[in-house]
Amino acid sequence: MADVKISIRNLHLRYTDGKYPLRGIDLDVIENKINVVFGPAGGGKSSLIRVLNRLIDMSDVAELSGEILLDGENILDKHTDVIALRRKVGVVFSVPIPLPLTITQNISFGLEVAGMKDKKQIAERVEKALREAVLWDEIYDRLDDSAYSLSGGQQQRLCLARVLALEPEVILLDEPTSALDPVSTAKIEQFLEESKSQYTFVLAPHNQQQAARVADHAAFFLQGALIEQGRGEELFFNPRIKETIDYIQGRYG
Amino acid sequence: MNLGSFNRARKSKVPRKLVQQIGFNFIRFITLITILPILGIVVYITIKGAPAISWEFLSAMPRDGMRAGGILPAIIGTVYLMVGTGLISIPLGIAAGIYLAEYASDNWWTRLIRIAIISLAGVPSVVYGLFGLGLFVLFFNFGISIISAALTLSIMTLPVIISTTEEAMRSVPYKFRVVGISLGGTQWQTIRKVILPRALPGIITGIILGLERAVGETAPILFTGATFFLPHLPSSPMDATMALPYHIYVIATQIPGMPIRIQYGTVLVLLVFVLAMNLIASVIRSRSRAKRQW
Repeated sequence: MADVKISIRNLHLRYTDGKYPLRGIDLDVIENKINVVFGPAGGGKSSLIRVLNRLIDMSDVAELSGEILLDGENILDKHTDVIALRRKVGVVFSVPIPLPLTITQNISFGLEVAGMKDKKQIAERVEKALREAVLWDEIYDRLDDSAYSLSGGQQQRLCLARVLALEPEVILLDEPTSALDPVSTAKIEQFLEESKSQYTFVLAPHNQQQAARVADHAAFFLQGALIEQGRGEELFFNPRIKETIDYIQGRYG
Repeated sequence: MNLGSFNRARKSKVPRKLVQQIGFNFIRFITLITILPILGIVVYITIKGAPAISWEFLSAMPRDGMRAGGILPAIIGTVYLMVGTGLISIPLGIAAGIYLAEYASDNWWTRLIRIAIISLAGVPSVVYGLFGLGLFVLFFNFGISIISAALTLSIMTLPVIISTTEEAMRSVPYKFRVVGISLGGTQWQTIRKVILPRALPGIITGIILGLERAVGETAPILFTGATFFLPHLPSSPMDATMALPYHIYVIATQIPGMPIRIQYGTVLVLLVFVLAMNLIASVIRSRSRAKRQW
């Protein structure tokens, strides 16, 4: 068994409006693997992802308790440097949200706010990130165009590239291909497979086929509770718990 | 199913197309009426005032009890007042607008501030003038001066700049703030690098409209900074100044034997001043709208 990158213990999340998406989650995120969290909508996947880099701080939260150990440090601790955490744990959202800036600026933003000033160094990091996200060859000659001149699939890879530029350790992907065509989806999945030796991925897949295709480690979420977790193939082809079996066989969700 | 009204319309003797035609024409006519006054003013003032406009009129000091010569001190004075008002109200207004849009939580305190800003916008201009007289001229002892007038005009301009800034910031989608934060930016870094540049055209429009209003006002500067006649240009912010709106009032009512040509010429200069600012604001607004992509 590989190393545990993030260890989640008894995680509760309740919003001030009464929604209670996470009810005592215990989950291990395995290092250098594609960790899939799946289940019907409203099961708490998105909320979990927003907790893992503390974007949840932007919402009205009534209760956030438990423990999330990232490399042994509790990121829910009130002394956590959330800015540093967000550089270490990047996120790609379900729809591409390029910043209303140029292609280059979309990537340099994260570097500049981190204090990088050297123009040459920034340009190098921009190119490296775009190459890594398999986007460079398509757009290298129009880096100063608006990010909104790109197609949807390119925009999403740009959103991936700007996360990669920060050299994160963990990348959270919240249904990253739900707005994309099959070709763009394949490119993203290919990237996940090829680069998981460098990163730890937490993926809320866009559908069950995707989950089964890419999952190394999988966890099934239902109504705020973690029902079952285990190795990808095991969970999808040989689930043990009734709810998981029902879901995978398409009885609900 | 009740088709009553539908059937009634079908049975009506007057063809519906005709009714619609009449309706449209009526609305078109009403619209025309609303633009007639402004068109009339501009055309009339231009015809009457254009003969007075010359290089001398714009660049010379008044002579002969202001019955001849130019209106330079009034033009310069208006520019000074605009610059002074801008220097005070722009930074304050933008700061307050950003605070209200981005940082202020919705509680009784910020609601109070908002109500105050809205009320401020509704105060009659002469009240600003008297307030400026009491606070800046007398209490702070700035005297009748450019600084007193600029401060008074700033209070009047602030609500416009604050609310347009807040509006412009809010018109930039929230999702960009989430993205900025998710990439390790602080709230302020995200605002400065992403939100503010997108909101800037709207903010500039608000600034111009606010200053334009200030430039055209007479009452607020009447007791605080404007003077009847100045033989020289103001040399410091503590000097009183001539200004176009007040000058128009003076030459229209206070000087016997004033050539009507000069009166119209002065009005034309003020009108061009204000309309030009309006035009700039419209151009900025439409260009930024055309460029918006999200």
